[in-house]
This record gives sequence, structure tokens and C-alpha cells, in this order.
Amino acid sequence: MHLDHNHDGRAAVSADARRPDGSRRALRIGLGGPVGSGKTATVAALCRALRDELSLAVVTNDIYTREDAEFLLREAVLPPERITAVETGACPHTAIRDDISANLEAVEDLEDAVGPLDLVLVESGGDNLTATFSKGLVDAQIFVIDVAGGDDIPRKGGPGVTTADLLVVNKTDLAPYVGSDLARMAADAKAQRAELPVVFQSLRSETGVADVAAWVRARLAAWAA
Amino acid sequence: MSRAALLVLADGRFPAGGHAHSGGAEAAVKAGRISGAASLADFCRGRLHTAGLVAAALSAAAALGIDPVALDRAADARTPSPALRVAGRKLGRQLMRAARAAWPSAELDALGREFPKGAHQPVVLGLAARAAGLGPVDAAYCAAYESVSGPATATVRLLSLDPFDATGVLARLAPEVDRVVDRGVEAARRVVDEGVDALPAASAPLLEIGAEAHARWGVRLFAS
Repeated sequence: MHLDHNHDGRAAVSADARRPDGSRRALRIGLGGPVGSGKTATVAALCRALRDELSLAVVTNDIYTREDAEFLLREAVLPPERITAVETGACPHTAIRDDISANLEAVEDLEDAVGPLDLVLVESGGDNLTATFSKGLVDAQIFVIDVAGGDDIPRKGGPGVTTADLLVVNKTDLAPYVGSDLARMAADAKAQRAELPVVFQSLRSETGVADVAAWVRARLAAWAA
Repeated sequence: MSRAALLVLADGRFPAGGHAHSGGAEAAVKAGRISGAASLADFCRGRLHTAGLVAAALSAAAALGIDPVALDRAADARTPSPALRVAGRKLGRQLMRAARAAWPSAELDALGREFPKGAHQPVVLGLAARAAGLGPVDAAYCAAYESVSGPATATVRLLSLDPFDATGVLARLAPEVDRVVDRGVEAARRVVDEGVDALPAASAPLLEIGAEAHARWGVRLFAS
């Protein structure tokens, strides 16, 4: 047996940058974070912001329904054939980290069906602060928290807050109503993340998802280079 | 042959998609057929001697080198529920990915080319065992044990069943798993001379019916 055999052609397993036909695969970005922090709303806003300039698709990982996929379909942010839901057996973090096979198949099926794609957004089901994506599944990950979930979350850290390539603090418009201190959240995030970027966003503001979209464009430029 | 390779393949954490499937337990819990450790044991016993036996024989036959395309057709014929055929192929495809990464093999590559969307999971399992240097008995053990460990783990999540009770159920089923493996391997050896009709065709109608109903639920925790 050749356990050190290089993966080539159809034996490509996960993170390989080339598809079996030799073409370059889409950039995959994961979005994770606690329940209700605004992951699906951010995905929807990103689709609206990027769909005219990029070929993109979305994989959702709902915990026990197809709600997130159906929200995106209802909002018509993308044609239905560009949205796929993966079922996760009550453990969303398992499907994005420990056993990524169903998500990889969803991504590859989307590329086969509607490709070539520039970007696939993989949205995790709402989970806890330790949920992170496997490097075998995504090239970069965004962790979405919100000001109403408690302004001590950046201070508490955890793998999502500390290591995500981009931390999004969502619903900043609610800060005055829930008594969250945005300056303190920014300082705590800086302390946890050093140079890694943080975006404070309100999808209800005029800027909306623009900062996150700009970050995604920069990742895409680096991926295509 | 490496005994440890069997542990790798049989490990519940082997990344082949099983965690998202309940083996019919979710439908049985909702219907009230599983409500605690005793009824979980009954459910697992039924599944072991039906779907488990068929899976064990298919896996053993694949590990013996029987044509996997013929075995895949035999698996189709033994799975009346379309929802279960879809689930079986999905899991086969996921297992294929993990197996090819773990034990690269020309036979696995060929089966992957033949069934790009997935062959039935027990067939892939048997070929994976073969690629890992394991024999038909090992393959049958993986299949038979999986047929009960999946529902037991799922029931812990579905009913908040005491995990020690669920593990106790599996431990007490062990002698029956041994017997099912013996029967499955014996049938698989007969396939060499008699063809795939020598494979058992034990069926559990409630599992098939439950799977069809489950596939239509709007809200569920498990994919099957």
C-alpha cells in the first residue's frame, strides 16, 4: 500500500486547488457563529452585493430544518440551483470540522451543476463559540457574532473569535438598546486577534455588508493570483 | 494484515458521514417504537438481523473481490425504499472519499469512476476493507456493528438517553453481532460459486416505511 501516494485526478480529496478536470476550483469561504448572530442575513447581503460581478453559490448547514436554505430561496438572492442544504445530524460543528464529507460533496456538486464558480459560501448552522471550519473544507472563515449576544464575547475568546480570518460584530445598530459597549468589544477583539481583521457592521445601515464584501473581494483576488 | 486497520475503519469518528444518519432511529423514536434502553435494544436487534445481515454479507462479498457492480445491483434489489437507496449511495460516496484518502487503491478508484454519485455503502465498505488489507470477516464486522451503533448513538441525541445505557445495549448485542457476521460471511463465500442470489435478502418493512415517511418530514435532526 502506498499511504504517501499523491492525490491526483479523481482521487483529489478535499483542499486541492484543482478540480479533477484540471480547472481551478472556486474559493470557499465559511461563515460560522452563534445562533441568531446574523450569518444567513450576511450571506444574503453578500450574495446581493457580489452576484453581478461573480459566479457564486451557497451551501447551508441547518441544524434540524431547511430554514436557512429556504430563507435564501425566498429572498431570491440566488437562483435555486445555486443553493444547497446539507443535513448535519444534530451536530453542525461535526459537519464543518470533524467529518466534512457531506459539505465537500455539496460544494463539488454545485461546481459540476452550475460551475465554473468563483466563490462558494459555506454557512454553518448556528453553534457555539468553539465551532470552526476544517481547512479541508474552506480556504478562509468568517466568524459572525452580534452585539446583543453580550459584549463580553470578544473578551472570552474561543477558537471562532480568536482564529477566524475575519471577525464580524453584527447588529451594531442595537448596541444602545442592549447596553453593549462597542469600543470595549473592539479593544477586546484586538487583544484576542492581534492583526487579524474585525468588521463592525449593521446590515440596516447604508454601508450594510460593504466592508465584508470588500474583504471577500480581496481574498478572491489573492486566490486567483 | 494489520489488526489496527480494522479499528481505523470501524471507528465511529472515521469521517464518512455516518454522524448525520440515525439508521431509522429518528422515525422509530417519533413513532414511539424507541422510548428507552429496552426498546432501543429491540430496535437494534431487529435492524441487526435484517439490514445488518444484508450489509454484512454485501461487505464480505466485496472484500472477497466479487464484482462490486453486481453487488451494487444486489443492494438496490434488497432496498425497497427509494429514500434508503438514496441514503445508502450518499453514504457510499462519502465513505469512498475517506477510504481513498486512507488507503489509496486502484479498485476503489475504479468503483469511484463507475459510480461518481456513490455506490451502496456496504459495497464500498467491503472494498475499503480490502484496500486496507482486511478480509471478509473484518468487513462483515464493520457492517454489522455499524448497523446497530448508528441508531444507538442517534438515540442518545434524540432521547437524551443515558449514554452508558446505550453502550450497554451494544455490548449485550455483541454475541448476536458475531452470529450475524458468521452468517453474512458464509453467504458471501457462496456468492463466489452461486452468484449474488446467494446473498441474504432479509428485510425490515417498518424500517423501509419509516424511512419513506422520515424523508418527507419538514423538521428532522438526521438525514435518514
